[in-house]
Amino acid sequence: MATHTAEPAVSEDSDAAAHLELEDRVWLLRAMLMMRGLEERAMSLYRQGKVPGSFYDGYGQEAVSAGAAFAMAPEDRLCILHRDLAAHIVRGVDPTRILAQYMGRATGITGGRDGNVHFGDRHLGCVGMVSMLPDMMLVAAGMAMAFKLRHEQRCAITWFGDGSTSRGDFHEAMNWAGVQKLPVIFVLENNQYAYSTPLDKQFAVNPVQRADAYGMRGVSVDGNDAEAMFEATREARVRALAGEGPTLIEAVTMRMHGHAAHDDMKYVPKEQVEKWRKRDPIDRQSARLVALGVDVEALGAQIAAEIDAAASAALNAPMPDPGTVLQGVFCEGEPEPLGDGQAPWSGFAKAQVA
Amino acid sequence: MATLTYLQAISSALRDELRADERVLVMGEDIGAFGGAFKVTDGFVEEFGTDRVMDTPLAESAIIGTAVGAAVVGMRPVCEMQFSDFISCGFDQLVNVAAKMHYRQGLAVPITVRLPSGGGFSGGPYHSQNPEAWFMHSPGIKVVAPSTAQDAKGLLHAAIHDPNPVCFMEHKHLYRRVKGEVSEGVFETPFTARVARAGSDLVVIAYGAMVHVALEATEDLDGASVEVLDLRSLVPLDVAAILDSVARCSKVVIVDEANATCAAGAQVAALIAEKGFEDLDGPVVRVATPDVPIPFSPPLEQAVLPGVERVKEACRELLEY
Repeated sequence: MATHTAEPAVSEDSDAAAHLELEDRVWLLRAMLMMRGLEERAMSLYRQGKVPGSFYDGYGQEAVSAGAAFAMAPEDRLCILHRDLAAHIVRGVDPTRILAQYMGRATGITGGRDGNVHFGDRHLGCVGMVSMLPDMMLVAAGMAMAFKLRHEQRCAITWFGDGSTSRGDFHEAMNWAGVQKLPVIFVLENNQYAYSTPLDKQFAVNPVQRADAYGMRGVSVDGNDAEAMFEATREARVRALAGEGPTLIEAVTMRMHGHAAHDDMKYVPKEQVEKWRKRDPIDRQSARLVALGVDVEALGAQIAAEIDAAASAALNAPMPDPGTVLQGVFCEGEPEPLGDGQAPWSGFAKAQVA
Repeated sequence: MATLTYLQAISSALRDELRADERVLVMGEDIGAFGGAFKVTDGFVEEFGTDRVMDTPLAESAIIGTAVGAAVVGMRPVCEMQFSDFISCGFDQLVNVAAKMHYRQGLAVPITVRLPSGGGFSGGPYHSQNPEAWFMHSPGIKVVAPSTAQDAKGLLHAAIHDPNPVCFMEHKHLYRRVKGEVSEGVFETPFTARVARAGSDLVVIAYGAMVHVALEATEDLDGASVEVLDLRSLVPLDVAAILDSVARCSKVVIVDEANATCAAGAQVAALIAEKGFEDLDGPVVRVATPDVPIPFSPPLEQAVLPGVERVKEACRELLEY
């Protein structure tokens, strides 16, 4: 019987940080601060009418994407969900382009062709999501299938929510990846609500147990702990590259804002929000780093300055030219391959030296 | 040149591509050891192995979705839907993920989806459909529909080489009924129309199996000179060739095996109304399957599919106009 609210898994700090240097732990905080700062700025731009359409954020869930993306190598490929901005930051997407994307500017990642977090920088090994969830699970499985067929040491990762587990594509992707033992990592971002629908209306089992049913490993992780998310993903990647197949990582977290900017989430009990506010992933990582002597305030100030600069640049960026609107429906000429992304984890640099 | 059936021509294109390009893989239900429901990939596993001739789970959405993933990292997957009808289960991946990918993010999706389509053999409502118009209405997908063995091979090569998603509508009724000289090796048939028979009094515009119906119906139509234009490609549609035929013949009959409403033929009729009106000497006439599911029992199915007599009658009436 599913509980109404998924309880966060306990994270073992000492184990989780075993593969992280101090610079990595700062990087994780940096990615989360940048995500929160950019999304707060974007929300204020939305309220000023500068962000068309709607706006979706991942407030309180920053650790899920920061930690998991941090375990990905340059040649790995990512399909990132709409509450996972930190993954784009880890891969190296320029904050100015992110804000320009939200505002539908020509210099945004999709050049105004798609909105909000519907993007993926193909030059950085990312494929943008679509609104039908979790369609990208199959795309990630397909990328992993190609890696396996070509005997390449790479993997694919994708994120999706608790609501996504009800759709057929979740089951088709889980089954396919299990049958073919693909090097793919599925991050189930359990944030308690699919729009307004709570978990007990979504599934009748503990969702991580579904991994067993499809012949893969399943782990439940504290999704509000960036280091625990990193470690679980790092392990899943090692297994994937060793030919041990896919992993389902359930990241237990909480959506602290409404589904989108218009949603006051009156359907969420206040106590539930307050309880999770005490588990804020940024507070947690900051506390760790303060204890290690890191000047977290200076880091915050530096990021705030970067966001200010990014916002001015994005506000000055041109809108797309309507004369180009019919261009690019079809690819003409040779397809450009996906590029490799940034991978700041010190473990990759060490492996290269070794 | 070799004499091949339409089905053998499709097999030949796939085999040549698998030999020539290591990025190509074929994937679908029962296409491996069994060789496919229609035996298009018979013997392929022995030559190319189970990785490149992939028996998949029974999951059409996954077939399309994983093909998209493989394509964006450099593969050239060719998906087989066992019957075109089953693409409804993979529709979302095709029209939302594959079709819009390049426009949204500049990322090409070179996949080919083979869709054995069409009726005429008591396949009933779920093994007889002609779903091409669904894809014509989804920007970002090309749609081709060969009528001859030569074009089946050439269009399939071109589809696999194309950097976009291509729906390859292969008509089941033609698999073993149509035979012809086919060029050897890898060659491309352009996504343009073909004059199947030149004429000057009236043009019948058709594609796929209906090209053969049109040719038979107008072979000897009271001495009239009837042109038959085989569209071959529905997206892109060969506007110039259509308007050229209309200008020369002045009378047009459009034949669709698909249900009439919003069909490929409806698009051709709209195009002629918009751009060829001054050249017309009579109303644009359509012959198509009425808007009903394709029934199972032979007399019921024959009552709805456009046949030689219906096309003859439509042409005669228009010639007398």
